[in-house]
Amino acid sequence: MRLLRLVPDDTHIGFMRLRRITLPLSATLSVLSIVLFFVVGLNFGIDFRGGSLIEIQTKDGPANISELRQTVGGLGLGDVQIQEFGAPDEVLIRVVQQEGGELAQQAVISKIREALGDTVDYRRVEIVGPTVSAELARTGTIAVLASILAILIYIWFRFEWQYAIGAVIATVHDVIMTIGVFAVLQLDFNLSSIAAILTIVGYSLNDTVVVYDRIRENVRRYRKMPMTDLLDLSVNQTLSRTIMTSLTTLLALIALYVFGGEVIRSFVFAMIWGVLVGTFSSIYVASPILLYLGAKPESGSGSKAAVAAEGT
Amino acid sequence: MLHFARWTVILIIAICAAGILATIPNFVSKQEVESWPSWIPHRQLVLGLDLQGGSHILMAVDTDAVIKERVDTLRDDARQILRDKRIGYTGLAAHDRSVSVRIRDVAQTDEAVKALRDLSQPIGSILTGSTARDVTIQSTPEGQITLDLSEEAITQRVSSAVDQSIEIVRRRIDELGTTEPSIQRQGADRILVQVPGLDDPARLKALIGQTAKLTFRFVDLSMPATEALNGRPPPESELLYSQDDPPAPYLIEKRVMVSGEDLVDAQPGFDQRTNEPIVSFRFNSSGARRFAAATQQNVGRPFAIVLDNEVISAPVIREPILGGSGQISGDFTVEEANDLAILLRAGALPAPLTILEERTVGPGLGADSVEAGKIAAVIGTIAVVIFMIAVYGLFGVFANIALFINIALVIGILSVLGATLTLPGIAGIVLTVGMAVDANVLIYERIREEQKAGKSAIASIDSGYRRALSTIMDANITTLIAAVILFYLGSGPIRGFAITLAIGIVTTLFTAYLVNRLIVAEWVRLRRPSAVPI
Repeated sequence: MRLLRLVPDDTHIGFMRLRRITLPLSATLSVLSIVLFFVVGLNFGIDFRGGSLIEIQTKDGPANISELRQTVGGLGLGDVQIQEFGAPDEVLIRVVQQEGGELAQQAVISKIREALGDTVDYRRVEIVGPTVSAELARTGTIAVLASILAILIYIWFRFEWQYAIGAVIATVHDVIMTIGVFAVLQLDFNLSSIAAILTIVGYSLNDTVVVYDRIRENVRRYRKMPMTDLLDLSVNQTLSRTIMTSLTTLLALIALYVFGGEVIRSFVFAMIWGVLVGTFSSIYVASPILLYLGAKPESGSGSKAAVAAEGT
Repeated sequence: MLHFARWTVILIIAICAAGILATIPNFVSKQEVESWPSWIPHRQLVLGLDLQGGSHILMAVDTDAVIKERVDTLRDDARQILRDKRIGYTGLAAHDRSVSVRIRDVAQTDEAVKALRDLSQPIGSILTGSTARDVTIQSTPEGQITLDLSEEAITQRVSSAVDQSIEIVRRRIDELGTTEPSIQRQGADRILVQVPGLDDPARLKALIGQTAKLTFRFVDLSMPATEALNGRPPPESELLYSQDDPPAPYLIEKRVMVSGEDLVDAQPGFDQRTNEPIVSFRFNSSGARRFAAATQQNVGRPFAIVLDNEVISAPVIREPILGGSGQISGDFTVEEANDLAILLRAGALPAPLTILEERTVGPGLGADSVEAGKIAAVIGTIAVVIFMIAVYGLFGVFANIALFINIALVIGILSVLGATLTLPGIAGIVLTVGMAVDANVLIYERIREEQKAGKSAIASIDSGYRRALSTIMDANITTLIAAVILFYLGSGPIRGFAITLAIGIVTTLFTAYLVNRLIVAEWVRLRRPSAVPI
């Protein structure tokens, strides 16, 4: 049987030559993402902003969105978002947090139930009060920062400081780019988005570490090779694996995106994006950044990392 | 690397077998599992509320109300003591966390402080030997006395109010007859209620959100309620409203004749004459005695049945009620009468509960999500399986066998742990499928490289596994770190995702590095290949 070869056996792609284009590109996009985050902002879901979310399914035929908009909009609940969610008879209603503390949020649901009556099925009702939403926003941020810190320490311990910094820059790059996509597309940013970002952190690091592992190995083996060539060699050597893994993960994620249902679609979308960005960053951000951090072939000798590598 | 000691082989196969065995109960119905012999694992995955439908309600005990109640009692007790001791005072008032009073005759200040000292109770158990007291008393030479509630006293009050509330909420929910409700304490002042399979949480919320403090009190006839509304009600009475629409005002004595704590039973029923739904109740002996005495002396006077500061009804006492039982009527529907009986039987909450967060998923959506998740998992797996065989041929088959064992282990471990499978959890499994092949890919690519560098088949395989190990470890540990942090900082569905991801990483290391290597080693032993076909 002839096997499928995604990447030719011996590639000599000059990835590092492209760094004068890719690094500024990454930097620009990152800055743009940050600007978008502050100017446009994220479409924070009720998890972080408080408020209510109701998913309904109409009992007879497709939902009449404009009629619903009129009915629910006329209840005096402030900003109400109504959108089709999956099938045409499924509608998502989002109501902003009400003035007047925890009790006021509860009243929203009874008002909507009163207005819509028995014409619809209530498939999902979520109410998050101001106390909890503030807490969720705080713990979510802490979770992302804590995991990046923990990973930084791990890589510092296993490799050298240049690698730790490089990996963290690449990871932060991916997180920022993901936030940028959330801002551009105004995807609902909720608790599962945080989970998606943390998974991206893990995945991106995974990818970066594989490339770094090879760089470290080559640093030990080819002491005289210029760093640029060495990085190119390492990325080329791991390219086949990088593509394979990204593709299989993407296959699984795309299946989840297409068939997994509306509820987790934005969560899965974020992960698909993260896999793409993570793959890009491990090649074009994590590796060239080592050049600027001054990782040199010679610096590998005698160090803790080299001794560890010798042992394997 | 290609040699396995006999006991390792046995251990690896045993773990795989155990994993597959633990997965099996998930593919048959619950009833069938029950009939199996005891040596087969019985545990099935517990579906999260997002998959089976149900309500998740996070509530907080109103700590301000707990403190206010304590301060008010302190003030009333202080008044009682000063009156009993015939000490003249003025300006007795309750504040946020203290009560202040001024003694008219400064000479009596010491006597007053001494008498009020009875109000101060030691807190904490005898075991801890703490000497702290719940109330500290301070006085000034001008006769000003302040009673302060200590921080510890408040913490203890709130904590016991939460415990008490959990007990009462549990009793109320048990009456609903739903299966396996979970009621947990969260943090200092919170209660998390999770009730699976509940479509409409409105009744649940009504039932747990009500304080249900029942009192029997006399109606104050010293002035009409409308007059009290415009003027000033007497200090011993207060204005309360009926449940009618529009609400009617009643002037009700603050003094409680009998309270709900003296009830031993409450049942819904029908009035024999009017056929209206009612709630009949029975007092315990001391409640019955007090009720009998009060009604004996007050025939012809109306009394009020007050629930959570609302007058349910205000019947006139026609004859003394001596038997210790009675009934409450008040324009109830059958369900209202039923719920009121539940509330009265379960007892009153020590303080109101505020709902902070509610998430309800209807059973229909849950079932749809399970279906969608299953389809996604199957299709994702098939795609990966085909892809692996296309790229690695026979070794792809080996990797797929390891992948199936991997999925079985994840589901098996989740089942044995009794973990809850949530929708993000399914995403975690699907992601594991994608990532699981990564370890194998790393190994196979290494083998390819080694072979290209001119090594023999066996040497390539051997060093392929050896050299990929540290990369695999580094790559997976970083993901594991993210998963562990996600677990500790996340809540609900996110935890479900973190658990499956973490378990998936561990099983991936096992299957890719041991199961797959064992299969390849066996293949090498049987075929003695001259080249590796990848």
